Amino acid sequence: MYCAPSDKEEPMEKFTKLTGTAAPMPLVNIDTDMIIPKVFLKSIQRTGFGKNLFDEMRYNRDGSEIPDFVLNKPQYRDAEILVAGDNFGCGSSREHAPWALKDFGIKCVISTSFADIFYNNCFKNGILPIVLPQEDVDKLMDDAERGANAKLTIDLENQTIQGPDGGTITFEVDAFKKHCLMEGLDDIGLTMAKEASIDSFEAKAAQERPWV
Amino acid sequence: MSPKTLYDKIWDAHVAHEAEDGTSLLYIDRHLVHEVTSPQAFEGLRMAGRKVRAPEKTIAVPDHNVPTTPDRVNGIDNPESRIQVEALDKNAKEFGVHYYPVSDVRQGIVHIVGPEQGWTLPGMTVVCGDSHTATHGAFGALAHGIGTSEVEHVLATQTLIQKKSKNMKVEITGKLRPGVTAKDITLSVIGETGTAGGTGYVIEYCGEAIRDLSMEGRMTVCNMAIEGGARAGLIAPDETTFTYIKGRPHAPKGAQWEAALTWWKTLFSDDDAHWDKVITIKGEDIAPVVTWGTSPEDVLPITAKVPAPEDFKGGKVDAAKRSLDYMGLKPGQPLTEIEIDTVFIGSCTNGRIEDLRAAAEILKGKKIKDGMRAMVVPGSGLVRAQAEEEGLADIFKEAGFEWRMAGCSMCLAMNPDQLSEGERCASTSNRNFEGRQGYKGRTHLVSPAMAAAAAVTGHLTDVREMM
Repeated sequence: MYCAPSDKEEPMEKFTKLTGTAAPMPLVNIDTDMIIPKVFLKSIQRTGFGKNLFDEMRYNRDGSEIPDFVLNKPQYRDAEILVAGDNFGCGSSREHAPWALKDFGIKCVISTSFADIFYNNCFKNGILPIVLPQEDVDKLMDDAERGANAKLTIDLENQTIQGPDGGTITFEVDAFKKHCLMEGLDDIGLTMAKEASIDSFEAKAAQERPWV
Repeated sequence: MSPKTLYDKIWDAHVAHEAEDGTSLLYIDRHLVHEVTSPQAFEGLRMAGRKVRAPEKTIAVPDHNVPTTPDRVNGIDNPESRIQVEALDKNAKEFGVHYYPVSDVRQGIVHIVGPEQGWTLPGMTVVCGDSHTATHGAFGALAHGIGTSEVEHVLATQTLIQKKSKNMKVEITGKLRPGVTAKDITLSVIGETGTAGGTGYVIEYCGEAIRDLSMEGRMTVCNMAIEGGARAGLIAPDETTFTYIKGRPHAPKGAQWEAALTWWKTLFSDDDAHWDKVITIKGEDIAPVVTWGTSPEDVLPITAKVPAPEDFKGGKVDAAKRSLDYMGLKPGQPLTEIEIDTVFIGSCTNGRIEDLRAAAEILKGKKIKDGMRAMVVPGSGLVRAQAEEEGLADIFKEAGFEWRMAGCSMCLAMNPDQLSEGERCASTSNRNFEGRQGYKGRTHLVSPAMAAAAAVTGHLTDVREMM
């Protein structure tokens, strides 16, 4: 099995089990420009984006909060889970989107589908994106509407979501990605351990395609 | 041997390691880097004491933040933008990667500079911390966007951890009608599949209408594969591709050119290759299109009317309501009656020489509507120079357009080129998301010719009436 210690500035937090409030965001096609508008991409850090998460939906131009926005409502201010409409995270490749979610405190996003790059970016930052069929997302959206009275428990090891009424939903996740998330592993360390494979590939490719 | 798609062939040629579950280390031939998604990656290398494994395969250029006014050579006013660009200057030097600074005439949008300089070649794997890396698929290269953690991974290891996507074929048959361009093809495909229709797939575009496109047009088509949710878009290389590449600064030469050509000619999907999904659109059925909403899937022919939320199903009903409200539009309004304040011609979708020619063709001898703000931002310094040489710059300037320096500019408005609140723009860029071109700005995506037509009339216009 792949194994190596994490060596980022700070080791990635392990994701095993999470019990938290889920915020409902039924809108479809929530794009990464909505998650973190480009004016906040000018930082050269990985942290500090949480206050600008969903900035244009969350604040008025004068900086005051828009009370109707879900994460401004008292029962969702500490949400750790998002239940969202189809195709969450579409658009730009900006990793600032998962950085902003993480910095705010969101550790899990549930939807019927995710954009490819965003989905991968989540795993690199200790966030678990869960893909479920529409009927399961509808059910969890209903639970989420009930706010803090209806916490969800996400059990990554057993790949289950337990709702407030005792019902259990199972989900699929790639075994390698699951392992990295549960152990808080850093990909670069894992790949460095296979340097010999890269060396031999590079030597072979240089013979076959010397123009590259 | 079992028949393969083009994607299968490129994939197989780049797997450096494969685990039992199919998780692979894919070797990366070209890594393109810009200033917004790379500083944290370089910092990560520095913290861990790592080097860039293949600096000779890594190409950096600042594009997202750079101002497009000529005074930019004196420095960038916005302190945060300046810090980001300066960080790239420093990182490129420290890690020894190829670099085109703002002062270099070859500077421009990374996805225009790569092909222009001959860095992008058929059969390569190309990545960049930018979703529009799909552009390079026009050469028959497997090209896609990655996040910053993956940028760091590629810098350190020259590989990516990947699982293979599924194969989708998008065939555009027959000929396009006059006034219909590559932009109309790519938007029409997204209109058909939706923005999640390509999720989990690599798309290969094929068919007579695709074959007939120039390299510029093919890049426009592949550029927006990501807007359809696909990991990448591909077009098999052919004589058009080889002619474009030959003689470019980093293209192979002499015996290497011949060897490369021999391999490149094997890069096509075998007749009986397996496709997980197939979409066919008749070229003749494609009209000049515009977007009406805030998702690239909100595409309609210019002759249509603004739709009503009830025309949709599921979650799209509420999304359409929100879009119409944001865009300030009413159901039933003819699209040609939508008045425009600003026209933006540029971006990695439509900032190449052919795009400027198409727009100039419409603008020749005409003036933009009074009060219209119109700007052309060439995709690179070399596109700009060529347009000046061909007299296109004069046509734009005489029509009333601002003639800018190269960069991403108003496509994502990270530099000073932004829409103000409520301002409505006909734009040749790739995203009409809320706030994309400026806070509460309203974007209608169109082809360069359609953008030019709107600049003249002051409203969204069927370009065929001006041809």
